Amino acid sequence: MSDKQPGFSTLAVHAGAQPDPATGARVTPIYQTTSFVFEDVDQAASLFGLQAFGNIYTRITNPTTAVLEAKVAALEGGTAALATASGHAAQLGVFHCLLQPGDEFIASNKLYGGSINQFNHSFKSFGWNVKWADSDDLSTFEAAVTPKTKAIFIESLANPGGVVVDIAAVAEVARAAGVPLIVDNTLATPYLCKPFEHGADIVVHSLTKFMGGHGNSMGGIIVDGGRFDWSASDKYPLLSQPRPEYQGMVLAETFGDFAFAIAARVLGLRDLGAAISPFNAFQILTGIETLPLRMEKHNANAQAVAKHLQAHPKVAWVRYAGLEGDDSHALQVKYMPKGAGAVFTFGVKGGYEAGVKLVGAVDLFSHLANIGDTRSLIIHPASTTHRQLSDEQKTAAGAGPDVVRLSIGIEDVEDIIADLDQALAAI
Amino acid sequence: MSIDHDNYSDDYIRQILSEVKTVAVVGASANNVRPSYFVVKYLLSKGFDVIPVNPGHAGREIAGVMTAADLQSIERPIDMVDIFRNSQAAAGVVDEALRLDPLPKVIWMQLSVRNEEAAAKAEAAGVKVVMNRCPKIEYARLCGEIGWAGVRSGVISSKKPSMQSGFQRFGIVVRKD
Repeated sequence: MSDKQPGFSTLAVHAGAQPDPATGARVTPIYQTTSFVFEDVDQAASLFGLQAFGNIYTRITNPTTAVLEAKVAALEGGTAALATASGHAAQLGVFHCLLQPGDEFIASNKLYGGSINQFNHSFKSFGWNVKWADSDDLSTFEAAVTPKTKAIFIESLANPGGVVVDIAAVAEVARAAGVPLIVDNTLATPYLCKPFEHGADIVVHSLTKFMGGHGNSMGGIIVDGGRFDWSASDKYPLLSQPRPEYQGMVLAETFGDFAFAIAARVLGLRDLGAAISPFNAFQILTGIETLPLRMEKHNANAQAVAKHLQAHPKVAWVRYAGLEGDDSHALQVKYMPKGAGAVFTFGVKGGYEAGVKLVGAVDLFSHLANIGDTRSLIIHPASTTHRQLSDEQKTAAGAGPDVVRLSIGIEDVEDIIADLDQALAAI
Repeated sequence: MSIDHDNYSDDYIRQILSEVKTVAVVGASANNVRPSYFVVKYLLSKGFDVIPVNPGHAGREIAGVMTAADLQSIERPIDMVDIFRNSQAAAGVVDEALRLDPLPKVIWMQLSVRNEEAAAKAEAAGVKVVMNRCPKIEYARLCGEIGWAGVRSGVISSKKPSMQSGFQRFGIVVRKD
């Protein structure tokens, strides 16, 4: 193709995925192998020393996974990416490269409950200390900055509340503090929102959700925006200092604008071990080819369902950024003009008990913990995903007792609405 | 046609890397974790005739190849001069390169090295210039190898990458169209 950058749908199909070099297979093959033979000792030494590009061991690189990485990097507008076993593994990999024991990072309190747990408990046991900020009050981010701050973490479209975060404003805080902004773009996907265009430095995803899109494979990814200067301070020694693991190589100097992705691979994934399986990478690759089509349908269905519920007598409130009058509507128009995604919450009249009854009464909706499937999904966060949080944390995270979370699928919207109507009638 | 040094076309870089055979790497290092070492090694593995240039290391080998003290002392025509010096020092290397007979076809300045004045002088003499890029990264990007590291190549193509002899080695293809 010419040097003109192709459109999003073209990238979703083609980026990273030339025909297989060995066989000409047009679809990326599943390289289901642990290891790759060396040509000779010299080539092996070059590969181990990061002096040549090539595959050694599937924990570190794999040709199927590499196509997924290059594709997501292209869709996000980043320089490079690193796929992992899950979204949680991606977050672990990012923070491993940025934080030393005793360091701090600032995170929005409107996050997926699993991330809140990961930050509050597992990360604290590593000596990585989270400082919570409130994305509705941006001054809380600035107030949380200390000399120990190494990063700021937000979700572009927060799960489960459907709150859109003012990415550019938080990016300004990160810029002033000299730390990278990490954005979890799982719910929006790059089809709806491109965090790098608004000042993010690193994007992470759970690929398990809309990217893979079919509810069949776990995966995560770290995308390097390529713009953060890791050598501007001594805050990030894994990137800016000679690494003993690689005979004194300085990764920021050697790999330039994709140094973070390389560090996350050769210092993170190599040692932490949470590699994605090539089979899962293949499934997610296939899913991404139809991402634009699926997101259009997800968006249109979710918009219609949200409007319907808003007028429903058994519904107390609907929180969907796509609705005019929603607190996040203005930010949604700014950051994700194509739509507000397909995950949102509503309050069922009757509180906790009604929420528990509703998830038992649906027939088409599946009651489960995932989001971003072709199928419509329902959950009552207070009794499931967010049950480990305190009542205060639940409410702050948009998971209070009456909250029901929906992930609207790509079925016919009339059938989705009919199922909700019959379930609401039954409680 | 004047070249936009902020935004090289893939064709421009591809043409250069497929045409040049002899490459003098000024500022090559014998330290095998330095980029100025493994660019030499990588280009050798791709079949380029590479001459490391480093006055402090002249007469000794880098990556198995004898090092020259300066460009003038290389006794065969040089197609490309690759500069691993800072932007200011690059001017002197360009002047030295432009005194070669025959002239090099290409002067290449590494990542972070940029000298507009020297570039203009070289282009006025009919020499192609690339600045602030690494030939190893560009070669790996255009042949597809860099994708193995999850790096976005920017290349969209339904053509099969070209395999070279050996394992996991690709080459650059210039299409005749």
